[in-house]
Amino acid sequence: MTDLILTPNLDNADGFYADLVTAHDGLGRPDSDALNARLVLILANHIGNEDVLSQALKAATLKDS
Amino acid sequence: MTRSPRHDHAAGQDRVRRRRQSIGEEPMNKIFEVPLYAYERSPDQDAASSVRHKVIVIGAGPIGLATAIDLAQQGVEVVVLDDNDKVSFGSRAICFSQRTLDIADRLGAGQPMVEKGVFWDAGKVYFDDRQVYEFNLQPDTGYANPAFINLQQYYFEKAFVERIRELQADGAPVEIRGRNKVEAIGTHDDHVKLEVETPEGPYNVEADWLIACDGANSPTRRMLGLDFEGRVFEDNFLIADVVMEADFPSERWFWFDPPFNRGQSALLHKQPDNVWRIDLQLGWDIDKEQEKRPENVIPRLKAMLGEDVKFDLEWVSIYTFQCRRMERFRYGRVLFAGDSAHQVSPFGARGANSGLQDADNLCWKLKLVIDGKAPELLLDSYSRERVEAADENIRMSTRSTEFITPKSDMSRLLRDAVLDLSEHYEFARPLVNSGRLSTPCAYSGSSLSSADALNGPDITRPGSACPDAPLGDEFLLPKLAGKFTLLTIDADAPDSIEEGGVEATRLALSVKDDPTLELKRRYLGDAASAAYLIRPDQHVAARRDTFEENAFRQAIRRATGKE
Repeated sequence: MTDLILTPNLDNADGFYADLVTAHDGLGRPDSDALNARLVLILANHIGNEDVLSQALKAATLKDS
Repeated sequence: MTRSPRHDHAAGQDRVRRRRQSIGEEPMNKIFEVPLYAYERSPDQDAASSVRHKVIVIGAGPIGLATAIDLAQQGVEVVVLDDNDKVSFGSRAICFSQRTLDIADRLGAGQPMVEKGVFWDAGKVYFDDRQVYEFNLQPDTGYANPAFINLQQYYFEKAFVERIRELQADGAPVEIRGRNKVEAIGTHDDHVKLEVETPEGPYNVEADWLIACDGANSPTRRMLGLDFEGRVFEDNFLIADVVMEADFPSERWFWFDPPFNRGQSALLHKQPDNVWRIDLQLGWDIDKEQEKRPENVIPRLKAMLGEDVKFDLEWVSIYTFQCRRMERFRYGRVLFAGDSAHQVSPFGARGANSGLQDADNLCWKLKLVIDGKAPELLLDSYSRERVEAADENIRMSTRSTEFITPKSDMSRLLRDAVLDLSEHYEFARPLVNSGRLSTPCAYSGSSLSSADALNGPDITRPGSACPDAPLGDEFLLPKLAGKFTLLTIDADAPDSIEEGGVEATRLALSVKDDPTLELKRRYLGDAASAAYLIRPDQHVAARRDTFEENAFRQAIRRATGKE
């Protein structure tokens, strides 16, 4: 089973975060929510691995960690 | 400069002074009370016509004092004018970065700062009503100076003033004139004229060059009709110096959206003398008079520190800032350095630290221009390089500001998600942004840098500030101070080369000089040998795998504004 990475792994954490916030600039809440949903699906497709995605879904609940 | 504007930055008002409440009127710290550069009549005031100086610096804050020391060490005659006569009141700038300490070492004042300063390596991050994580900084090894120290600005200034006294005793041409307030400035092609007010009346004085280090509210900038551009962000902070018992932990505590300061942030920081600095963010639209009243301040402090903790307020102030800079930092014979040229949010300690790097960048260039060894155009590179640095600092501190005070609902949702995740998972902690400690700008597109000709580490590419490295019992940086250096590592080269009156002296090293291999890691990487041309401010001008005379002669010409 491939382990979900929960240690720091971003090349440029601050740059990514700034880009993420900027991507929402000027969007109303429904459009912002939709953008996040699309982003989740795009990243999930990139990951692909079912084990990893299942661990990620669990981790996001903040339970049992 | 005027204490109140520098002290309150953009607002220039709303300052309160408060003594320790428990010990009546006894001054907490005599350093605030005794004039460090008391007014004395200058022969200039009795001269029949205006006396001309080489350089006049306006403002005896950290940047003005550093500038004066740097010039005086190079034998350039310099007079500092300040409308006050004491160090700054209250802690103000408190976090000094490694690069600042390296510069202070070059200026002969670093040691007392590091001895007095405190270092913390543990911190706690709070979100809402709970601690989400704590951390321990891993100490960096192989550097003479720590990553940063916390030190009240008044101690920083005092160390610089003492250094100036030392230089004066050695006969260096440097002078600080207290209670000399510049009232008017006339600019000319080859000099400036100043009208200066003193307790004994006004006098006129001239200088070939004027350096304005007179703070965020810079009267020089105003008198010349110049303004800041780009107002990115504005906020108010209540800042307090609090004296507590020594056993209170020496840690940095940061609160996001705490119950005692809803929607805002709070920061607790250790300083020397059992003084803790507290920064409470207040937002832009607040009643400053209301906020700084003790009956409003003290309950908040109790909520932060704990009801049982005994503390005394040494100093309370409202601090206002904006993120912006001047379009350029040179206007003919007038140069701007420090807060007078650029302002950032306090997150990341980029105010005084970037100002010190301004002085570091400017002084060697001015010396070459004054000596006729470089064209005046070299000074435009001061503006270009430090504008690049100011933009980087504004960008970095704006990111911190966005994290601490999200501008939109979605930004807040993402921020809160990061904080919630940080409580459970290590990966989210690097995303928590309560300020990124200032690191020196690598002047990426500088016209003074030659194209990189070494397959070496990124941290020492042309434009970068040289990282320190251990050399047995010694360190590298003190050997690179104040002159052009031809650093060779396992490469042949002559002892010195001179080009257009500018000499670069060789420092011949081998990877064997550093058994820890940091020198190799920082300066060679995978390369077998290297030759570096290093500027007097310890930034890399050029590098190759071997010394090649023509290339290095050209690099010297480039680095001095001649190509």
